[in-house]
Amino acid sequence: MNDVITMAHGAGGKQTNELIDKVFKEYFSNPLFTGDDAAVMEAPKGRIAMSTDGFIVSPRFFPGGNIGKLSICGTVNDLSCMGAKPLYLTCAFVIEEGLEIEELRRIAEAMKKTADEVGVRIVAGDTKVAGKGQVDGVFITTTGVGEIMEGVNTSGTLAKDGDVVITTGDIGRHGCTILLQRDDYGIDAEVESDCAPLWNLVKESLDAVPEIHVIRDATRGGVGTVLYEIAGQSNVGVEINYDDIPVKEEVKGVCGLLGLEPLYLANEGTLVMIVPEEKKDILLDTLHKNKYGKGAAVIGRITSDHQGYVVSNTQLGVKTILPQPGNELLPRIC
Amino acid sequence: MIDDAIKIVKEYKGKKLRIMEVCGTHTHEIFKQGVRQLLSEDIDLISGPGCPVCVTQVDYIDEAVMLALEKNVTICSFGDLLKVPGTKYSLSAARGQGAKVQVVYAPLDAVKYAKEHPDEEVVFLSVGFETTVPSSCIALQLAIKEGVKNFSLLTANKTMPVAYRAMKNACDCYLYPGHVHAIIGTGLCEELRDNEGISGVVAGFTPKELVTAIAVAVTKLQEEKPFFVNCYPRVVKPEGSPAAVKLIYEYMESSDEEWRGLGTMPGSGLKLKDKYSEYDARIKFAIPPMHGHGNPACRCASVLKGEIKPYECPCFGKICTPEHAVGACMVSDEGACSAWYLYGGLDLK
Repeated sequence: MNDVITMAHGAGGKQTNELIDKVFKEYFSNPLFTGDDAAVMEAPKGRIAMSTDGFIVSPRFFPGGNIGKLSICGTVNDLSCMGAKPLYLTCAFVIEEGLEIEELRRIAEAMKKTADEVGVRIVAGDTKVAGKGQVDGVFITTTGVGEIMEGVNTSGTLAKDGDVVITTGDIGRHGCTILLQRDDYGIDAEVESDCAPLWNLVKESLDAVPEIHVIRDATRGGVGTVLYEIAGQSNVGVEINYDDIPVKEEVKGVCGLLGLEPLYLANEGTLVMIVPEEKKDILLDTLHKNKYGKGAAVIGRITSDHQGYVVSNTQLGVKTILPQPGNELLPRIC
Repeated sequence: MIDDAIKIVKEYKGKKLRIMEVCGTHTHEIFKQGVRQLLSEDIDLISGPGCPVCVTQVDYIDEAVMLALEKNVTICSFGDLLKVPGTKYSLSAARGQGAKVQVVYAPLDAVKYAKEHPDEEVVFLSVGFETTVPSSCIALQLAIKEGVKNFSLLTANKTMPVAYRAMKNACDCYLYPGHVHAIIGTGLCEELRDNEGISGVVAGFTPKELVTAIAVAVTKLQEEKPFFVNCYPRVVKPEGSPAAVKLIYEYMESSDEEWRGLGTMPGSGLKLKDKYSEYDARIKFAIPPMHGHGNPACRCASVLKGEIKPYECPCFGKICTPEHAVGACMVSDEGACSAWYLYGGLDLK
């Protein structure tokens, strides 16, 4: 087998099969992943959730993960936010001619490991090869189906006056990591992406507190954008205590140098949860017991004042508007 | 101690005090931290001309656009400057017309780019105050040392001393920019106090440092005699940074510079010395004099002089927003219009 991807690998013939057999089957094989035109599964009994996401991150390998891990986490976490146990995933690859097969193997390996961690099965896939320069390395699209836990109802429309806003960890690490991977900045800092599959964290949280009103994956646009979305969807105001927001010192330092706001940097393993006040302690205790929730903290609350806005309590004991996200010169981050 | 300072600025009653924060970073932090909400109605904070992007003249943008579009030069610039409108194009719009414009995060990156692209002429837009000029000088130093002949500077550097004198009637007291005085020291502030009756305090950038500096200003202003207090001594030393100053004047000399809104002020800028003219883009590319003009409805000039608040400009928030800036003060995060637009949309108590 050639050690780089050629156009023949995407032509549907012998070499395509060879690629599937030698790379994807090795990692994705399971009884449901057959050679037929579609995967056939039993339908779950309850409601299902479905989500799809495309991944074009540059660079493809970064501290804390790679595009393969990211592509599983993204869709797993989207399903999890709806209280849905991720059951099945499909993945479609668009691969640039000339990509090393060894690299593809490492990406597939990371996908398998991440999928196994939360028990989701990859049941179908597609491979296309694009000419040199038409894509950047590899683009991956994953689509997932999950079964919604009984009695659970989460949505961005359900935040209520008095609810508490929690982040499940420190914020801004993925966005910061990707930024630093670019040579342009000339900054060295020990930052690692938070990229992680969060179904187990969400399940434990919902088992302990089924009344969680909102769960959101704070990916592109970061926690700030998510809070503005929730404020709009639920027609409420959000009040955050700026100094309570968990941000790693390294991320703070980088943001200070580059004039960035951590609230607008992407996360790939950190959720925003909005929960009735009286349930916050049980939820925090539960989150702190999971390895991905150790840094969970209350960052603010929902209010009926200043609807549609996110307002920050500053060190001086006054309130300021959190500026809405603008158009920044950022590289591709997810 | 911070509580005492807050009490002073909250409870002040009396003659209206006009305090000008000169520095754009101060403007931004004042809004971000909500300093204005603390102040008594009798204290007015005016945003001054200390954001380098905001005071960059239209002609300068036109020069850079001309180099990029007509002389096929690669422009290297800090990102902020790209959206500043010129007469016809901003650099960002010029990019759509085929101009090569690279965003860099340090002037040295522009030298590196020039070295890696020997077939291109590379011009770095040297725009800034005493705080950023030294880094342009370091870039030039490297270009000379390594013989990078396809690198040059288009300068629109500004220095603060003349501006302080020119703006003295716009306010009762300056919040002097901490970073500038970390370079030039505080001798000038004492001179302004003693010879011209200009008052001011050097302020740091944390919420506490800002409120403390304003409280000191408010207290001193009530004594009704000129004063100077350095409220940022952990960073600003009386002698400043002699090494940085030496570096600046090794390569640059004082020049008459046009400031957007304030006009041309003698001795208010820094240009390359004649002996470095081969690195001066204006000479190298024989740039003709520009006669640019901005949108006549834009009132950045009055905003920069503290004559009006940003929201009193007819363009503000209507045709002029951070996404589509008409005036320079809406472009940079540190501009007064941008800060009012981003932070001022809600009456928060």
